[in-house]
Amino acid sequence: MSAFVRQPDLSAAALHVWQRNRDVLLQLWKSEFVAQLLEPPFVIFALGLGLGKFVELENGQEYVAFLTPGLLAMFPMFTAVFECAWNSYLRLDQGTYRAILATPASIDDVITGEILWGATRSAVNASYILLVAVVLTPWLGMVESPWAILVVPVAVIPGIFFSAISILFASVAKAMSQFGYFFNLVINPMFWFGGAFFPTDSLPDWARVVAWFIPLTHVTDLYRGFVTGELEWSLVGDVAWLVVATAVTYLAALWSMRRRLTE
Amino acid sequence: MTEHAVEADGLVKRYGTFTAVDGIAFAVRDGECFGFLGPNGAGKSTTIKMISCLSPVTEGTLRVAGLDPRTDARRIKSMLGVVPQEDNLDEDLPVRKNLEVYARYYGLSGALAASRIDEALSLFQLTEKANAKIGDLSGGMKRRLVIARSLVSEPRILVLDEPTTGLDPQARHNVWQKMRLLKSRGVTMVLTTHYMDEAAHLCDRLVIMHRGTILTEGNPHALIARHAGTEVLELRMEPDERAPLLSELGGIAGVTVEEVEDLVYVYGAGPRAREMALHIGDPGRAFLRPGNLEDVFLRLTGRGLLD
Repeated sequence: MSAFVRQPDLSAAALHVWQRNRDVLLQLWKSEFVAQLLEPPFVIFALGLGLGKFVELENGQEYVAFLTPGLLAMFPMFTAVFECAWNSYLRLDQGTYRAILATPASIDDVITGEILWGATRSAVNASYILLVAVVLTPWLGMVESPWAILVVPVAVIPGIFFSAISILFASVAKAMSQFGYFFNLVINPMFWFGGAFFPTDSLPDWARVVAWFIPLTHVTDLYRGFVTGELEWSLVGDVAWLVVATAVTYLAALWSMRRRLTE
Repeated sequence: MTEHAVEADGLVKRYGTFTAVDGIAFAVRDGECFGFLGPNGAGKSTTIKMISCLSPVTEGTLRVAGLDPRTDARRIKSMLGVVPQEDNLDEDLPVRKNLEVYARYYGLSGALAASRIDEALSLFQLTEKANAKIGDLSGGMKRRLVIARSLVSEPRILVLDEPTTGLDPQARHNVWQKMRLLKSRGVTMVLTTHYMDEAAHLCDRLVIMHRGTILTEGNPHALIARHAGTEVLELRMEPDERAPLLSELGGIAGVTVEEVEDLVYVYGAGPRAREMALHIGDPGRAFLRPGNLEDVFLRLTGRGLLD
């Protein structure tokens, strides 16, 4: 337990690990960016306009507008998961971490740098989707309030959370194939039941209790408040939930990676 | 205070119930090349990992540049250059970028980093490969790049774990030549190897490790003289033919005879061994050769397979 709550051993090397990942991305940006730029508009047209035609919400809101906060929460989640589950595991497996650990960097530096990088990509992705939504707003009414800009800074918190939980899984994975469990048992349910596609208040009571424990639900609720401009006190609760979950998951990721990387 | 680059006493490393390093003591002097020699599983790499602060010490004392890895890992690591057993280059970055990113972990950037990287690349004849992908390099080039990488921080102590394993003879000799050059520049080197010629060629002093302990320590030539003698006679003959020879040799003071399957090694027989080889006159049956580190190693660690 004492090892778990130990203060992280951090230095500027954490930033250098972040810079390493940035440098790699800048080498590969063409192949990395194109797919990421195209996916959100595709989904907006397919789900928002295609499926949305058949959906009538109780409050009379257009489905594509309802979907906006879900997209803002969901795609950045996948970005963080991709970066800190698959890519981090690759770096662990191909010895990149061990090479860095021979320099003055500590294990905590390496893992913190990785998480900050995942969070950065996640927040950049959220900002991009917000931009797409704003551009489409004259036609689709996706963004109803200037408070939506709050998504940009706040997206760092779920970015850290999803990066940390992914690297926590990477720290116990024995092979790449095991990521199927993580994706199918943790990330996919969050994707479907995290309030992105349908309102969770339409669910039975027990399911709403379950939904409360799903991190993505709080992200979606928060962004829904920002995008619609309906800032309620309950949003403070969502932020608090996320901050606590993020801190605990970050410490757990450090603790577990120390166990994995200490020889 | 201490003049030793690395100093260990009663050093122990345990993994669960398995003891990888079992209470060893050694001291590496500033500016020398110090070798850990031993079969697989002897504890060499584990010792090297404790020195490079990658593996925590279980028991005993270890000082690197006078500092304790338990409390001063960052400061120690800033003074070390580490060449690991496997080529863990950053496959996602081209050659020069690999060194730039690595230098940054030491807080080095800008013109200083650039000039050191230029120097390291040119020293290891990799300047023309600066923009190449890691995957396109040959094994020898990768190894040279790993060593070049370890130099960008201008380490006081260079730690090399099996620096030439897996290289062809040309590449090995090239790496040795660079290591001699670094040594002449005053870099302290600590290396592990299971190549005897490598140890004899590079090390001022070495220890032979076996099952986590140090069996012997000294200068390679002194170790050969002590444990194998300057000349070794190898006899390859039928048992009835070898019996009279062995009984005669066995009578000479200071001679040891070792029978291994179809081969007999005669150590320390001096002029009598030379006469005998001349008399038999067939190097296929009686072969006189200089003693070497391999004799020392095999006599001390035994001839059975260890894994």
